[in-house]
Amino acid sequence: MSGTLVEIQGLNKQYVLSGGFFNPQKRIIHAVNDMDLQIFQGETLGVVGESGCGKSTLARLITRLEKPSSGSINFKGENIFSFDKEALKFYRRSVQIIFQDSYSSLNPRKSALSMIKEPLTIHRLGGKKERNEKALDVMAKVGLKKEHADRYPHEFSGGQRQRIGIARALVLSPELVIADEPVSSLDVSIQAQILNLLRDLKKDYKLTYLFISHDLNVIRYISDRVAVMYLGKIVELALNNDIYRRPLHPYTRMLLSAVPVCDPCKKEKIIKIRGEARAENEKGCLFQNRCSYKIDICERIEPRLEKFDEQSFCACHRAGSI
Amino acid sequence: MTPLLEIKNLMTVFDTVQGRIKAVDGVSLTIDSGETLGIVGESGCGKTMLSLSIMRLVPANGKIIQGEILFSGQDLLKLPEEQMRVRRGSEISMIFQEPMTSLNPVFRVGEQIAEAVRLHQNLPAKQAMELSVEMLREVGIADPQKRSRDYPHNLSGGMRQRVMIAMAMSCHPKLLLADEPTTALDVTIQAQILDLISSLKRKNNMAVVLITHDLGVIAQAAEKVAVMYAGKIVETSAVAEIFSDPLHPYTQGLLESMPAACVESGQKGDYLKTIPGSVPGLYDFIEGCRFHDRCSYAFEKCSRREPPFLEVKSGHFVSCWKNNAQDH
Repeated sequence: MSGTLVEIQGLNKQYVLSGGFFNPQKRIIHAVNDMDLQIFQGETLGVVGESGCGKSTLARLITRLEKPSSGSINFKGENIFSFDKEALKFYRRSVQIIFQDSYSSLNPRKSALSMIKEPLTIHRLGGKKERNEKALDVMAKVGLKKEHADRYPHEFSGGQRQRIGIARALVLSPELVIADEPVSSLDVSIQAQILNLLRDLKKDYKLTYLFISHDLNVIRYISDRVAVMYLGKIVELALNNDIYRRPLHPYTRMLLSAVPVCDPCKKEKIIKIRGEARAENEKGCLFQNRCSYKIDICERIEPRLEKFDEQSFCACHRAGSI
Repeated sequence: MTPLLEIKNLMTVFDTVQGRIKAVDGVSLTIDSGETLGIVGESGCGKTMLSLSIMRLVPANGKIIQGEILFSGQDLLKLPEEQMRVRRGSEISMIFQEPMTSLNPVFRVGEQIAEAVRLHQNLPAKQAMELSVEMLREVGIADPQKRSRDYPHNLSGGMRQRVMIAMAMSCHPKLLLADEPTTALDVTIQAQILDLISSLKRKNNMAVVLITHDLGVIAQAAEKVAVMYAGKIVETSAVAEIFSDPLHPYTQGLLESMPAACVESGQKGDYLKTIPGSVPGLYDFIEGCRFHDRCSYAFEKCSRREPPFLEVKSGHFVSCWKNNAQDH
């Protein structure tokens, strides 16, 4: 691992929900709440959390599909939100995204090859023949056959469609690939094929991944470092092995104990899981209403993400003592 | 003792322009009261059609052409429609994967549960409503009186699934069919819902058919497992045995391709094992064993003749030539 590729500082994204016609009260949703995060060159950073915790908003902010309410994201030292048109176009070549639902992210009226070729056309790279060659080359890399080139999305299986999505992201030779739940809608046997493929491609293309998933087993398999998100905040960030062997934050522990273990003999749950991800308190720790280790200070002061040891960070008043 | 539910050689087909699709192709299984049977398999293998067949709710273009479904000794397939309707919801209930699409968006959830109660128990509206609030309390919804006046869109995914379970449980069914009840939910909510289903099961001595593609869920919640592939059950046994000694290559493949298995066996950094290819398409007819073209053990016979479903060990049935020692 060398150098910081992406540096996120004080990032905030809020959405304002109007209460509707009969309810003029407005609600503010903090999708991403005061986040600091670094993505190193060549690593796979896994982001895990329950639905609605802001994982996808983070992905959309890094790809500049959304603008933040405040804060900055630096890519190789430059703030991506101050890019001019030309620089932005180049940035979009370096950062690509793979979506969860491969069916709705592909155009049903275009053949596989023309979709994989499209990014090259948009960025005016190479001539017609070169584009074709490059697209066919990437198709082979992701495990699609030549005869698939002229088929349309509905003729492919879910796993193959996800391969098209991956080929489309790779055809521009990006540096950072954001994978937003890329295997969540696939069956286990297909999921394994796609995870293996993503690993191979990482080596071949020297990629950096931001890998978003709600599945802790997938994250454990693929990531170097793991960030656990809860209601827009990172509550724990550590090396893969550390987080699974020694979870610091009570929320991480709860998530881990909720994963069904593939061993019928281990049926007892150590941690009773309660409640849903929801911010009910204005003051103090966001997790306090679901936490079984709550003490006085948790109700008053919100814990910040602090260094626990060399590579581990945790946002909990009682980190290390529980 | 007769089992609560016994399915014998059930076959459900769809006749389409392109030909006949066998969604459920000769399935036999039994479930006793108080037992949870997990049915596991990838999408398109006929899990959902099997459960809809038990409810006799197969879509209009499909039909059950063969077999028996004995519920407390009585063949459901021979019952007239009115009597089947009486059983649906009161003796056999079903919960679905996506609670948002199975709840009516324009009625309050309390009313929807009360409707099920009134249809089956002939109670006055007020009492039915009270029972519905009681059911909401039973499935662990806080402040049930208030929540019963909410519409489905006011509730979160986990809450909606609880409402669905409350509705399914309102008439104390003997058999609950749960079709991917936790697939759309977060792991934390999933753990709560699985806990809820198993505690309700114990309380009412109910049988549960738990359909899922997640082997982890099976390990946590089921006592017996049936593995389905392309419309057929290829292996069935007690839950511990499926995990400790899987016999069918498909079951082995499913277990090995899980990321958790790889990490636990200390092989992180290695490739995940995969099952090559994908589930056969609906119109593909495969001669011999359905799995042979994806199977690494396949030999010549596998592509010619379909293996019989035999008891290899006590209570452990498998359909594979590899485990069938005689006449190789």
